[in-house]
Amino acid sequence: MRKRRDPIKDTAREVRVFRARSLLAALLVLLMAGGLGARLFYLQVVEHDVFTTRSEKNRVRVEPLPPTRGLIYDRQGELVAENRPTYNLTIVRERVQDIDATLDRLVDILGLDETQVEAFRKRSRQRQRPYQPALLMSDLSERQIARLAVNRYRLPGVEVEAQWLRHYPSPKIMAHVLGYVGRINEQELASLDSGNYAGTHYIGKTGIEKQYEEALHGKAGLRKVETNARGRVLRELERTPPEPGKDLTLTIDTRLQQMAYDLLDGRRGSIVAIQPQTGDILAMVSAPGFDSNKFVTGISYEDYRALRQNPDLPLFNRAVRGQYPIGSTIKPFEALAALQNEVVTPQEVIYDPGYYKLPNGTRRYRNWLRWGHGRVDLERALAVSNNTYFYTMAHRLGIDALSSFMYKFGFGEVTSLDVQGASSGTVPSREWKREKYGQVWYPGETLSAGIGQGYWMVTPLQLATAEATLANRGDWVRPHLAKRVGETSVEPPFKNTKPDVKLDKDVWWDDVFNGMQKVVSGREGTARHIGKGLKYDMAGKSGTAQVFSLGQNQKYDADELKERLRDHALFTAFAPVDDPQIAIAVIVENAGGGSSHAAGLARALADEWLLPDDENTHQAEELIEEDVEVEGT
Amino acid sequence: MGRKRSLWSRLHLDPWLLLLLLSLMGAGLVVLYSASGMSLAVTLGQASRFGVALLAMFVIAQFAPDTLYRWTPLAYCLGVAMLLAVEIMGDIGMGAQRWLEIPGLLRFQPSELMKLAVPMMVAAYLYKRPLPPSMRDLLVCALIIGVPVMMIMRQPDLGTSLLVACAAVFVILLAGLSWRVIGLLAVLLASALPLLWFNMHEYQRQRVLTFLNPESDPLGAGWNIIQSKTAIGSGGVFGKGWGLGTQSQLEFLPERHTDFIGAVLGEEWGLVGMLVFLALYVLIVGRGLFLANTAQDTYGRLVGGSIVLTFFIYVFVNIGMVSGILPVVGVPLPLVSFGGTSSVTLLVGFGILMSVHTHRRLLPR
Repeated sequence: MRKRRDPIKDTAREVRVFRARSLLAALLVLLMAGGLGARLFYLQVVEHDVFTTRSEKNRVRVEPLPPTRGLIYDRQGELVAENRPTYNLTIVRERVQDIDATLDRLVDILGLDETQVEAFRKRSRQRQRPYQPALLMSDLSERQIARLAVNRYRLPGVEVEAQWLRHYPSPKIMAHVLGYVGRINEQELASLDSGNYAGTHYIGKTGIEKQYEEALHGKAGLRKVETNARGRVLRELERTPPEPGKDLTLTIDTRLQQMAYDLLDGRRGSIVAIQPQTGDILAMVSAPGFDSNKFVTGISYEDYRALRQNPDLPLFNRAVRGQYPIGSTIKPFEALAALQNEVVTPQEVIYDPGYYKLPNGTRRYRNWLRWGHGRVDLERALAVSNNTYFYTMAHRLGIDALSSFMYKFGFGEVTSLDVQGASSGTVPSREWKREKYGQVWYPGETLSAGIGQGYWMVTPLQLATAEATLANRGDWVRPHLAKRVGETSVEPPFKNTKPDVKLDKDVWWDDVFNGMQKVVSGREGTARHIGKGLKYDMAGKSGTAQVFSLGQNQKYDADELKERLRDHALFTAFAPVDDPQIAIAVIVENAGGGSSHAAGLARALADEWLLPDDENTHQAEELIEEDVEVEGT
Repeated sequence: MGRKRSLWSRLHLDPWLLLLLLSLMGAGLVVLYSASGMSLAVTLGQASRFGVALLAMFVIAQFAPDTLYRWTPLAYCLGVAMLLAVEIMGDIGMGAQRWLEIPGLLRFQPSELMKLAVPMMVAAYLYKRPLPPSMRDLLVCALIIGVPVMMIMRQPDLGTSLLVACAAVFVILLAGLSWRVIGLLAVLLASALPLLWFNMHEYQRQRVLTFLNPESDPLGAGWNIIQSKTAIGSGGVFGKGWGLGTQSQLEFLPERHTDFIGAVLGEEWGLVGMLVFLALYVLIVGRGLFLANTAQDTYGRLVGGSIVLTFFIYVFVNIGMVSGILPVVGVPLPLVSFGGTSSVTLLVGFGILMSVHTHRRLLPR
């Protein structure tokens, strides 16, 4: 028999081993303590003179020189984020004898409130180095500066410091794109390069300001100054100038952005416009906006609460985080999927009696037109937004083929290059449902998915991105917000970040485009009212996103519903069809049908972008107001 | 049980260790008073924390090692669960999060509990096995250690995670890990260092780089090291005197009453003061190792030994850090730096040690 290790514990041996090990450990401890002693001896005896001199020379102080933050321009060179000279009140605690008395005095002089004083106390504890000024109040008025000057003699350690402060000329319309800067908080402080941010009070918190923080911030400089024993600066010894932050040029066109915001006219919603060939985001609006300038110097508690409690959610960036069912705007993509999978031909005619029934099923899936559209082919199905046709397509494709085709257009993921905080949305599929709910996929759900209802969740940015890819006949371009950082253009990797969408026959694109054109210009197009006087070819698709599901045989009556339960209106479009210059996604929350309430906005925006000023008669704007007798999804 | 037991033994305290700890804490308060800029509030606050910590030590010493052994797995699992909770809440709060808060009730740092629970768990596991530990046992131990350590590292709290790992590794070393395996592990560890580097946060890397060349970043992290060395070096043999350190009193020193309190000590009390503290620490370690050796079972021995050695690691890392031979990691100088949580953990550790010593059966089985 082989000799095995004795499974019985050998207690005596364990004691022996422990004794030996702990003796060894004791020796090591002595050795390490000796090492520390030797190091201390070296510092305190051998190098004592060097450090004594250095300690006395500690009157030489290193001060940070903060860089100025880069400016932000729109694509036409218009300034959208600038720096405004302001005066801040700072306190260097080391130079203040009695901090409480000083604060009391300042409260008298400036009329500070309790929260400002409390915030200062918190900030001054966060400082990392001595003699680092802590901010008490920013953006002093002329009057306050004058009163401080008079009282200067009894306020040692209190300083008025000139500083550039971020200012947004058109805060409301640009708030969600630009984001804002705000005071550096404790968490940010912990992960920042403390040297580079030593003199900086502000940092990009959201949006572009956060996305391009590093470039916009620049590099801090430093100066060495000699001070007296009380810390007053006597002279400057050495200076490394700061490197200012880089200016940023956006792809956004302010005029278009302004117009998109105005078009939404106080309603909740979002408009995103993309230039298809380049992926430039021309406009990205989330309404209502908010005054981003208020966040720069620190928003008051009441203001912030008002924003947070506003039921219209002005702080919520609908353009990149809003989740909406895609509605009938799915239909052009679904038509392409059906053609590519060869489950239909452009010529095939399907009969619509007003509803669709699954083979062997009894439940009627209704068309929005109760008595049906009769004989519909692909183009007509798109033009009239026929549900029965697309129920059929969805059933023939199956959910797997449909969802995998939709992924190709960027749904279900974040595809943008530099849009901060974007959501990925949801593309429903068998695996997705199993993971999320642990349930199997039902055939009926494929039908809801086929008309863009049910589990679908898309963001307006995704919708515009997909529309741009469609306009490009499948060429993938990654949407982005920055055109130039400093002098350098932001160049592709815009292309090939996703594979282009390829179809077996190129002519299928034209079939779908023709159908979409008929939406706007056709005799029975769901958005034909916006086709009046159109000076270019436009392809569009209306959509309606249900906020809740209707029961079987229940009739939709918007007036009876609370406004918030009303359907969202969607419209996607691109133009001109032959040489697309703009792709647009419009979502107006709780507005009702997409054709009547969102299409006009897309037309007005396209007019603005495509037509020279003198030809743009703003005819479309009038169309929005017109109540048109067109129902549709 | 016929023989009469001493009063100390009945109180389950060790007079020598207690005396050493009290002198250290007393001297620590004197240093803290100066380091806090003569703040009586800070000093008294610390003294009351010491009171709480001493009470915790006394309470824990009343439990026999058997009881502690039985509760070990529960404490360990609870700790891991709380770390998980911190992790989840940290994800919500974005960024570093180490605290668990039951609003209105208490606020506490689960990683602190793990400094004791992890080595105790490893000791409890090894207790039932034949020693030296087999390869399989080592793998289990690695799992016991690895899970919480990784979680603490993610918080991110490099200092604490290293201390927890260290305490647990001491248990294994004391259990009699063969020298060949130790050598092998040392080589493995050395080759894992680059991996650690890539898992560090940018600011943590920056700290290491700054340590290697403090002058490269005089405004940021380098400041601490430069000022700390200057404070200690200018202290000389006898120091500048209590409350007279120009470096510390003029607030050139960062975190002067927490992690960098050693520099205040060095500046104001000089080499002599530093060596006195160092001697106190070494004596505590010596007495502690002696107590661990009197334990009657492996569990008590291993836990006790590991607690003492980890205590010394605190000392070594902190003084090494302020004197510029180790990079800046947030490790306090035990029982001197301002802060309640670490004092409680440390003294609870010593309470366990006293329990191990005073609960001996008079006649071994």
